[in-house]
Amino acid sequence: MATFQLTVNGKQFDVEADPATPLLWVLRDELGLTGTKYGCGIGSCGACTVHLDGTAMRSCQIPLSNMNGEKITTIEGLSEAGDHPVQQAWLEHDVPQCGYCQAGQIMSAASLLNAIPNPTDADIEAQMSGNICRCGTYLRINAAVKTAAGKLS
Amino acid sequence: MQAPSRRSFLKVSAATGGGLLLGFGWLTSCESKPAAAVATGPVMPESWVPVNAYLQIGDNGVVTIYSPNPEIGQNVKTSMPMIIAEELDVDWNNVIVEQAGLDTEKYTRQLAGGSQSIRHGWTSLRTAGATARHLLMAAAATELSVPVEELRTENGIIYHDASDRQLGYGDVAAAAANLPVPEEVPLKDPADFKIIGQGKKNVDARKIVTGQPLFGMDIQREGMFIAGIVHPPAFGMKLKSVNADAVKAMPGIQDVVTIDAEKEGVDRQWSDVNAFPQLVAVVGNSTWQVMQAKQALEVEWEETSAAESTAQHRATLEELIENGKAEASRRDGDPEAAFARATKIVEATYSAPFLPHNTMEPMNFFAHVTSERAELVGPIQTPEFLQKTVASLVDLPLEKVDIMMTRMGGGFGRRLYGNFGVEAALISQAVNAPVKLVYTREDDMTQGTYRPDYLVKYRAGLDADGNLIAFHIRGAGTNGSPVFANRFPAGTVDNYLVENFSKDSNISTGAWRAPRSNFIAGAEQAFLDEVAEAAGKDPIAFRLELFERAKNNPVGENNDYDAERYAGVLELVRDKSNWGQQTDGVFRGVAAYYCHNSYVAQVLDLSMDGDQPKVEKVYCAVDCGIVVNPEGARNQVEGGIVDGIGHAMYGALTFTDGTPDQQNFDSYRLIRHGEAPKEIETFFVDNGIDPTGLGEPSLPPIMGALANALSRAKGERVYDQPFMGQQELLG
Repeated sequence: MATFQLTVNGKQFDVEADPATPLLWVLRDELGLTGTKYGCGIGSCGACTVHLDGTAMRSCQIPLSNMNGEKITTIEGLSEAGDHPVQQAWLEHDVPQCGYCQAGQIMSAASLLNAIPNPTDADIEAQMSGNICRCGTYLRINAAVKTAAGKLS
Repeated sequence: MQAPSRRSFLKVSAATGGGLLLGFGWLTSCESKPAAAVATGPVMPESWVPVNAYLQIGDNGVVTIYSPNPEIGQNVKTSMPMIIAEELDVDWNNVIVEQAGLDTEKYTRQLAGGSQSIRHGWTSLRTAGATARHLLMAAAATELSVPVEELRTENGIIYHDASDRQLGYGDVAAAAANLPVPEEVPLKDPADFKIIGQGKKNVDARKIVTGQPLFGMDIQREGMFIAGIVHPPAFGMKLKSVNADAVKAMPGIQDVVTIDAEKEGVDRQWSDVNAFPQLVAVVGNSTWQVMQAKQALEVEWEETSAAESTAQHRATLEELIENGKAEASRRDGDPEAAFARATKIVEATYSAPFLPHNTMEPMNFFAHVTSERAELVGPIQTPEFLQKTVASLVDLPLEKVDIMMTRMGGGFGRRLYGNFGVEAALISQAVNAPVKLVYTREDDMTQGTYRPDYLVKYRAGLDADGNLIAFHIRGAGTNGSPVFANRFPAGTVDNYLVENFSKDSNISTGAWRAPRSNFIAGAEQAFLDEVAEAAGKDPIAFRLELFERAKNNPVGENNDYDAERYAGVLELVRDKSNWGQQTDGVFRGVAAYYCHNSYVAQVLDLSMDGDQPKVEKVYCAVDCGIVVNPEGARNQVEGGIVDGIGHAMYGALTFTDGTPDQQNFDSYRLIRHGEAPKEIETFFVDNGIDPTGLGEPSLPPIMGALANALSRAKGERVYDQPFMGQQELLG
């Protein structure tokens, strides 16, 4: 066990845990931030996507010992009022079915738009293909990413 | 006038209403709650009056509607309350929706399965809303001292136009709740619907996009431990012994116990399908610690039955199809003689592998079992059956076992089988503490209730004029044949024979979105395409000819479809897709299917990028009667199409010596963003018929439409799913 200082959604936390513990389980079990989801544990489904300094990362693949003071943003902290343009676009297109993967989808989309404000279809496909939606809401996700890009530009 | 169900309209006392609310404690006690989610909802009232089992009304007129059925992503948590709100005549913006817990006294059929929630709930939900409205109006009539006939309602307000007076529902709710419940209430004329038929957003969407806790996986409770299970590495094995000494000493580990879900004398339900009834459970402080401990556990297993492999499964099915003897499930005319005189015989065999459900939220459940009572909270499609099994296993009366359903991160049939809820209860009982059982993805994929593997062989006989005169189906599968004897094209061919075969297996199988249809629709529709080609006919014209026969002069009396509605969706998709129009580089496939009381026809446009197929567009016509929520309905149809394409293209669970070869998403391929169709256009038939299923019907036919388009693109027919072979799959 070791103590780690994390910055999550603008707040400082001291976490005592095994250094091998993936960030995902620290967020969910230790900090109670359950918006970030477990889907596969091997970085293949994207449900656990968070931002490290604004860039999408799979939190199930980041052991605590690899954290180096990066600012962590989870779905709960993407916007204060739940009104990030990507979240708004998701509501507008009524994207979710079961909803389980959508936090990860939104975090991937928000990261894409941070890097490329006006993504091409190929950009969207490349980024969003890392996130599985078992319900098959991909068309709505695609449309929502484009709407969000429009809101941001 | 329709009679209300007495059972559904037992009046509830204020105390019961309060008790009902307590069931949601875990939702409200969670930490994160973005301000926006609260700020955008209706203004909360100071007090509530429960009017009936389905709703309570606040003093300010805000209405809470309890959605009775489990929500698995089929959007009933939005559409079922819409039906109540319609008849209640309230402003949808003034409605708060809450999930109801299991309560067999208040509600009927609290189950998510067979796409039946809306169909079965239609009348009782409408009656619930209409009855409440009637009581509110009666109370208002007394308050205003006028005959009730002089009153009208609009958006939660009761108007007496003659005296220009009005009362809000909140003003009279308390008085209404004390009035006798009427035996009968009139229901609205569908022409007057204001909410039904309007697209309403998913009521949980804001919570979903802000990451609020909604799912079983998100449950956190004071004093709660995390539990994980360890099961045999292969089907056909069971637990022999476990050495937990080292694991018990690991950090955060509380206990290691063994559980048995099939104790003798237990009252088992149909939903109790246990891949492995005896399990080792590791209980600890955190999910990661439990996951680590599971891997360190020393367990010995022993064989109980012979290990099975995929090659052997296929060989057994082929043997049944080629040489099996069975009573005919259906026989019309003289099939043998008709085949003997046919001038052309078309024959083809289709197959599909086992499929895991792979809900994005792995199996999990919260349980707190004491000697006094059991509390279970989590994702379950069949709460009533889980309650019965748990009550029997932990030896408590039914009323001492509370089940609360959480929003589910997908169901697809997997959560019909509540073994994980049973396991959570047994673990909680064993360690005498509240626990949340969490499956890893590997647990989830390797101890499923899989869609079975199937094989079907079709033969069709044509006469010299290209008329279909004989049809023969031999179907086989693990734990049952996929063939429905009386579905289309039964009833359209004079000489018809169906034979069904089943093989046993020690691999657990169960319902998977649109059971049996999820294979047989694709096979049948691909075969009919081949038959049409052999007859020199357009695939749609050929099918319409068959429907004409079924309409005018059906063969037999036992045909399980309405040919008029079937043809209707096919004609609609033909017209909307401009069928017959050729576009360079676009290959088209068509299919139509009837299941879950609804009719769907699809045209799929495919292009090839080298050897990679790409679905450009799907046109989809649906006849599911009245569409309660068009926005959610379109989403369901699109999802079914993407799901169907994905599994037909890539889905396969294979076995080597009883062990699944695919255990996570690195080796099991699910469809991804770039592989979905670029466009899906859905057309609903507007016919005013009472609503039927929608969660499943768009999936089965798309596999046929895809097979037919792919066959044209490749220049050769495709028969075996997944259409992309394993080499192509994993590169």
